Amino acid sequence: MNKHIKTVKAETTDLSRRSFLVGTAATGLVLGYAGVPGIGEALAAPANFEPSVWYAIAPDGLVTVTCGKADMGQHIASTMAQIVAEELGAKWSDMRVALASNDPKFNDPVLGAQITGGSWSTMMNFDAMSRAGAAGRMALADGAAAAMGVPASELVVRDSVISHPKSKKSMSFAEIVKSGKATKTFTPDELKAIKLKTPDQYTMIGVSVPQLDIPSKTNGTAKYGIDVMLPGMAYGAVVTPPVRFGATVKSVDDSAARKVPGFIKAITLDDKTGTTSGWVVAVAGTYANAKKAAQALKIAYDGGPNAKVSSQSLLDEAKRLQKLEDSGQFFVKDGDPAAAFGTAAKVLEAEYTTSINIHAPMEPMNATAEFKGDILHIYSGNQFATRSGAIAAGAAGIDPKFVVMHQMWLGGGFGRRLDADMMIPAVQAAKAIGKPVKVIYTRENDMTMDFSRPLTYQKVKAGVDGDGKLVALSHDVVSAWPTQRWGIPDFLTPSVDKKGPLDSFTVNGADFFYTVPNHYVRAIKNEMAHNATPSGQLRSVAPGWTFWAVESMIDEIATAAGKDPAQFRISLLDGAGKNDGGAQRLRNTLLAAMGLAGYGTKQLPKGEGMGVACVSSQERATASWTACVAHVAVAPSGEVTVKKLTVATDVGTQVHPDNIRAQVEGAALWGLSLAMYEKATLKDGGIEQTNFDSYTPLRMSQMPEVAIAVIANGEKATGVGEPAVTVIAPAIGNAIFNASGARVRALPITAEAVKGAMKA
Amino acid sequence: MPNLTINGRSMSVDAANDTPLLWAIREQLQMTGTKFGCGAGLCGACTVHVNGEAVRSCQTMVGDVAGKKITTIEGLAAKGDHPLQKAWIAEQVPQCGYCQSGQIMQAASLLAKNPNPTKEEVVAHMDGNLCRCMTYSRIQKAIMRAATEMRTASASGNERRPT
Repeated sequence: MNKHIKTVKAETTDLSRRSFLVGTAATGLVLGYAGVPGIGEALAAPANFEPSVWYAIAPDGLVTVTCGKADMGQHIASTMAQIVAEELGAKWSDMRVALASNDPKFNDPVLGAQITGGSWSTMMNFDAMSRAGAAGRMALADGAAAAMGVPASELVVRDSVISHPKSKKSMSFAEIVKSGKATKTFTPDELKAIKLKTPDQYTMIGVSVPQLDIPSKTNGTAKYGIDVMLPGMAYGAVVTPPVRFGATVKSVDDSAARKVPGFIKAITLDDKTGTTSGWVVAVAGTYANAKKAAQALKIAYDGGPNAKVSSQSLLDEAKRLQKLEDSGQFFVKDGDPAAAFGTAAKVLEAEYTTSINIHAPMEPMNATAEFKGDILHIYSGNQFATRSGAIAAGAAGIDPKFVVMHQMWLGGGFGRRLDADMMIPAVQAAKAIGKPVKVIYTRENDMTMDFSRPLTYQKVKAGVDGDGKLVALSHDVVSAWPTQRWGIPDFLTPSVDKKGPLDSFTVNGADFFYTVPNHYVRAIKNEMAHNATPSGQLRSVAPGWTFWAVESMIDEIATAAGKDPAQFRISLLDGAGKNDGGAQRLRNTLLAAMGLAGYGTKQLPKGEGMGVACVSSQERATASWTACVAHVAVAPSGEVTVKKLTVATDVGTQVHPDNIRAQVEGAALWGLSLAMYEKATLKDGGIEQTNFDSYTPLRMSQMPEVAIAVIANGEKATGVGEPAVTVIAPAIGNAIFNASGARVRALPITAEAVKGAMKA
Repeated sequence: MPNLTINGRSMSVDAANDTPLLWAIREQLQMTGTKFGCGAGLCGACTVHVNGEAVRSCQTMVGDVAGKKITTIEGLAAKGDHPLQKAWIAEQVPQCGYCQSGQIMQAASLLAKNPNPTKEEVVAHMDGNLCRCMTYSRIQKAIMRAATEMRTASASGNERRPT
């Protein structure tokens, strides 16, 4: 009997309609939301007691929290444990974490799916994990009260011990669990009514506890997808075509591959999910031999419809689409910019571009597939179990309910592991040879078949009145639509002009918190880019390009209006109407960054300058208010040295201050890397960069000084994995202008572009 | 069948001489702490020690290291408590952690020769090791912390042997 399938039955994922169970099972105390109605029934037949488990307390007192989020270095599993521990009253050294399977019981309580992205995890799980922890504490306290014969209200819960100060009696969590007395059912209303701690009562939230996953990442014991070993397993190496997407295999000659020792078979993928095209996987007894066999295959391709497409043709197409009156759909439509431009004292227009960018996590894509009975087991670190399981099933030609996904630590995600392409060769190879197969991409496969950040083209037009006030802004964003590619309607957004859903993950950020009475944002899908370069969500997604345009343009407008760019922003962040609240927080954050950087307080040497930018990434509703002051030096050659990045971010509530700093620093350096060092290009339908010699993320020697101020003002906790990525490029571009008078509008910024933009 | 001396043990591996050491370690010996990153010596994720020198195991063939002393992250310290490993925890360096075995092995070869490196020497020595999570500043701090601890230990006569 496959336990997994049983739980797939139509069961509400709406937590408000489910009971919360605390009960004793064979493994100890289990706590979680469940569709099953009552604890009594469960206890009567403990063998069948399978509540969906957020966490369990073993008889030895160890508390294991099961994390439904992909942990790709943001230490989210540890953070979930920390939130549970706060309300549970557990000692940190008793906390453990486990990674969830794709069982729907581990779905995100807000999103209703297993997906990790958007810097959403902490904000969307904080309440549910807090309540789970509190319910456990209450159940343990009731059990202790019964065992000690004292009122539960007189008990103190601390460090995994429940004590009764009056009688000096105490019991550890372990003793209570062993006593079997901790059982309690919470109705949805009771659960909702639990009074959670107030911030002044926190002893764990806001403390930089040691991350639970770190020791295993210093001694080689952390297991990533690539480390999975199954008995009898074979290895697969993929051969991908010279064209990113659309090629087909005409013929495969494996005569040379057959001479490679241990060669088993070459399989041409039959991918009905439309994720890959023209791939062949060579399978052998070892990975080294699978790679040799892959190299020995002689494959003839039909290049398909995209075989002539280049970066230039994608950009030309974007420009053509932008010029069309009826292109795209409206994301923002306030007032009437066209009319306002007619009466404006000054009108500015500018084009901003970003190049194709590659995720390139350090762990190349990989997956291991094993058919066991009628169940397909997938071992792979993945950010989107709900969709990836369905794709693996599609590759196998089975129902998704027969797929069990075994989550692993992710050797970097950054959005790349939202996709499931790596599972397809593993599944089809395992099926073809009747053995488990681990497929590992070479770095070259990984780079050339990335679901990349799309090439983007943005046209911004701004109108300023006689007082230098920004009265109109129209903003067209042309890109591939990465999220539409998922085929999940719920992730799309209705357009304001009712022209059908748009991919808001291409325009988020353009709906900023500045007060501009006449403001249009148009989302235009570049179909050619969409088809030729199937794109994905790359750390910070749309705000990574929309704020490049918006925050550069705001500077250009300030200059045209003769105003200080920072003061100009502050005047636009007046908190009028729909911007109330957010605008003021963003203004304060900008002021904090300015203060920390000493903006405007001293004369900088010739050739040096400071630039500011401020953002509401990731989305209006989930923003972490973030500002940056970049300090750069620009040489007459156009060479830019980033001397210092000062970043301030308002995250509401800090769960783990040290981790927030680590994430913000990492995000800021990603922003720098994308702004200055990372560029991919398409030629003849293929990505030209194949390894870290031609695609060159930031190295240690390129790291500037980074100063970070984290603002925690007691508002709800927001995310930190991405927002700081988005503020860096415009701050640097604006600093370059401040230093040299050169305005750059294309990412990545090159010395040639800076020199070319300098006034003679 | 080549014989390899890894982490003080002699082991025979079922791999051709032209097999990259990386895959022999990971697959034949099932020691997965050493990571595959680029296969071209460009990222440092696969760094191990051969006779105390940091090398990229993806560029080192099994046939070339027979009879030499190989150390992987698993063998850097018996209990995983090399001063660098302790410093990595103290500074909470890893994010995704994937590159960190290579970072630690690369750093260990520096401190074995230069117990008191400058920041510039650390950067020069570590620049070939990519960290996509960009934990570079913490890596630097951890190396400095470990160097201090090793000098203190050395001054008190409790010297570590190079790997």
